[in-house]
Amino acid sequence: MTIHTTSPAFKQNAHNALADKQLQQALGNVRAGFIDKRTQAAERLPEFEALRDSAHDIKTHVLAHLDLYLEHYETKVREAGGHVHFARTAEEACATIVEICKAQGARTVTKGKSMVSEEIGLNAAIEAAGMEAIETDLGEYIIQLRGEAPSHIIAPAVHLTKEQVEQDFRRIHTHLSPDRDLTQAESLLTEARMVLRKRFLEADVGVTGANFLVAETGTSIIVTNEGNGDLTQTLPRVHIVVASIEKIVPTLEDAAQILRVLGRSATGQDMSVYTTLSTGPRRPEDVDGPQAYHVVLVDNGRSAMLGTEFEEMLRCIRCGACMNHCPVYHAVGGHAYGWVYPGPMGAVLSPSLLGVDKAGHLPNASTFCGRCESVCPVRIPLPKLMRHWREREYERHLAPAVYRYGLSFWAFFARRPWLYKFATGLAMPALGFLGRKTGRFARLPLASGWTDHRDMPAPQGKTFQAQWRERGGKTR
Amino acid sequence: MPHSAKPRVGLFVTCLVDLFRPSIGFAAVNLLEDAGCEVVVPAQTCCGQPAFNSGDRADAQALALQAMDAFSMCDYIVAPSGSCGGMMAKHYPDLFADDPNLAHRAQVFAGKCHELVSFLTDVLGVTSVTAHFPREVTYHDSCAGLRELGIASQPRKLLAGIEGLKLTAMKECDVCCGFGGTFAVKYGEISDAIVRKKIDNIVETGAPVLLAGDLGCLMNMAGKLTREGRVVEVRHVAEVLAGFTQEPPIGAAKETGQ
Repeated sequence: MTIHTTSPAFKQNAHNALADKQLQQALGNVRAGFIDKRTQAAERLPEFEALRDSAHDIKTHVLAHLDLYLEHYETKVREAGGHVHFARTAEEACATIVEICKAQGARTVTKGKSMVSEEIGLNAAIEAAGMEAIETDLGEYIIQLRGEAPSHIIAPAVHLTKEQVEQDFRRIHTHLSPDRDLTQAESLLTEARMVLRKRFLEADVGVTGANFLVAETGTSIIVTNEGNGDLTQTLPRVHIVVASIEKIVPTLEDAAQILRVLGRSATGQDMSVYTTLSTGPRRPEDVDGPQAYHVVLVDNGRSAMLGTEFEEMLRCIRCGACMNHCPVYHAVGGHAYGWVYPGPMGAVLSPSLLGVDKAGHLPNASTFCGRCESVCPVRIPLPKLMRHWREREYERHLAPAVYRYGLSFWAFFARRPWLYKFATGLAMPALGFLGRKTGRFARLPLASGWTDHRDMPAPQGKTFQAQWRERGGKTR
Repeated sequence: MPHSAKPRVGLFVTCLVDLFRPSIGFAAVNLLEDAGCEVVVPAQTCCGQPAFNSGDRADAQALALQAMDAFSMCDYIVAPSGSCGGMMAKHYPDLFADDPNLAHRAQVFAGKCHELVSFLTDVLGVTSVTAHFPREVTYHDSCAGLRELGIASQPRKLLAGIEGLKLTAMKECDVCCGFGGTFAVKYGEISDAIVRKKIDNIVETGAPVLLAGDLGCLMNMAGKLTREGRVVEVRHVAEVLAGFTQEPPIGAAKETGQ
């Protein structure tokens, strides 16, 4: 599979995003919509911080014993009458799913929201095999109409304004009255529901992701707010769960524990509207459910992260809190990151899956402000992991030469205190003299990266250390 | 020099203060001396953070070791910066975690390192200062100080005790100003978008003075404010706490004070 990524062009993407007025307007919703709600949800629950610790511990334990839990999970799914398929790569995962669909003679496949299906490029694979893939989550449905990728892991269409969605619906849903009112979010939702209802009923296969796979019972769990996931997995003849291997938790109790931080961290809800558990296909006494139940477990580079400094990233439960709180994400939006996973979690995960040679910008494009880590429900040290990527990049000489030389130049002086003293003793008074009139520089040679956007305050003159020596260590 | 009963505090002046704004360093010395410390300033350069955050671990380790040697005779090491203070207090142990020869030493050293304002309040128990500053100010929480070292209430508490000073809260005072060290240069356009929002929030407070505890952030915000023609005085919190406000603000001319 060739992965379509524009991550190497991150800077250009960011430039375009900053100039896009409509996008900037939509991004205001991220700043306004998520942050206060999460804060309030966390404050309402006195044990929230303790729950974060617990969620961290559960996921850390699972990763240390992942093989054991995967095998147990597999056994339990089989006992419930389901099938488990292990896929090492995105290609294998897509091929497995396409194979199952073909064996059913499927023509249409409905899909619940799933980031791993975006990662493996599932829609393209289904379409290439001559079948139709229909996204049923409202946000995913909208971006599918537009031929776009999600720009946020829980709010895939957050880069769009309501007006843009209205235009898309009028363009695509031509069978509906042109006079209808689509100015309200409610009316857009109602229209999407109406259009999708028919597609739910005619689907042969339903594909969902999973928020949790429970080893104890062989259960997959999804959380949604629209109920589309339930229709996707109960109406068609076949339900396929596609999930990455780190979604495993030992017990239902563990899943319940992590659920308490998931909704609060993501949208500020105590719980998502629907939390749906499914275990195997329909049993004789069940009133509904699929005739066949498959789970496709995707590795796609994850097992290579185990045992490395990046293992901690596999704790991620995809709540999106890191990007909701990221000043860089707020500025440029998700598409600038150039692949499926944006924001701080993407800045760590994408290089693992794409290679740091392609995704090297992402862990660099962070101020290390640490706000992501401060809200991560499973306490992933995201800045530290981004820094590890910068180390890998530095070791391989992938960082741009101008920065590497600039840094080496600085380090050369800083490692030689006598030279530092001599050079700064000359340079700073000179700079201070040059800047004395205005107290700042609008332009400075070799500093255009700074002065293109802001003035450089001028130094006061002699360095502190020079003055300290002159005064013999006395200030008064 | 005989070891006095006073705690011996090594001032880690930080590169930016050393080079650009020594008055912050002198303010720090006065605050520490007033709080009963003996202040020493060993010859020093950089804590190594630029190298550390750029993935250059070897240079970061060399500079960390250099600092650990230079300040080995100090009871405490104090920096007028949450960023450099955080580097020494939180990241030095990481740098040497795999080196049995230095891991313990780095841990002990890190335990002695503090940011200036929180050192005054949390370690020395300072509850008020004698400065006088009859102005309305707003305060920006620099990220490393806030999230690595938990500095938020300490500077506000000391500022609240200054005669005549009125502290006006800023919207999103805990959101990054877009500086991020080399980030400001490597991703200048994004940094610019972030600092634009920050100065909007600063100006919205109506306060004529902006304070923060890190010179990097202050230079970024001051540089953007002057570029946009916004008249806000930008100063380091230590300068106000020490009564060192006779110096022109950051980015302002010497002659006119503006």
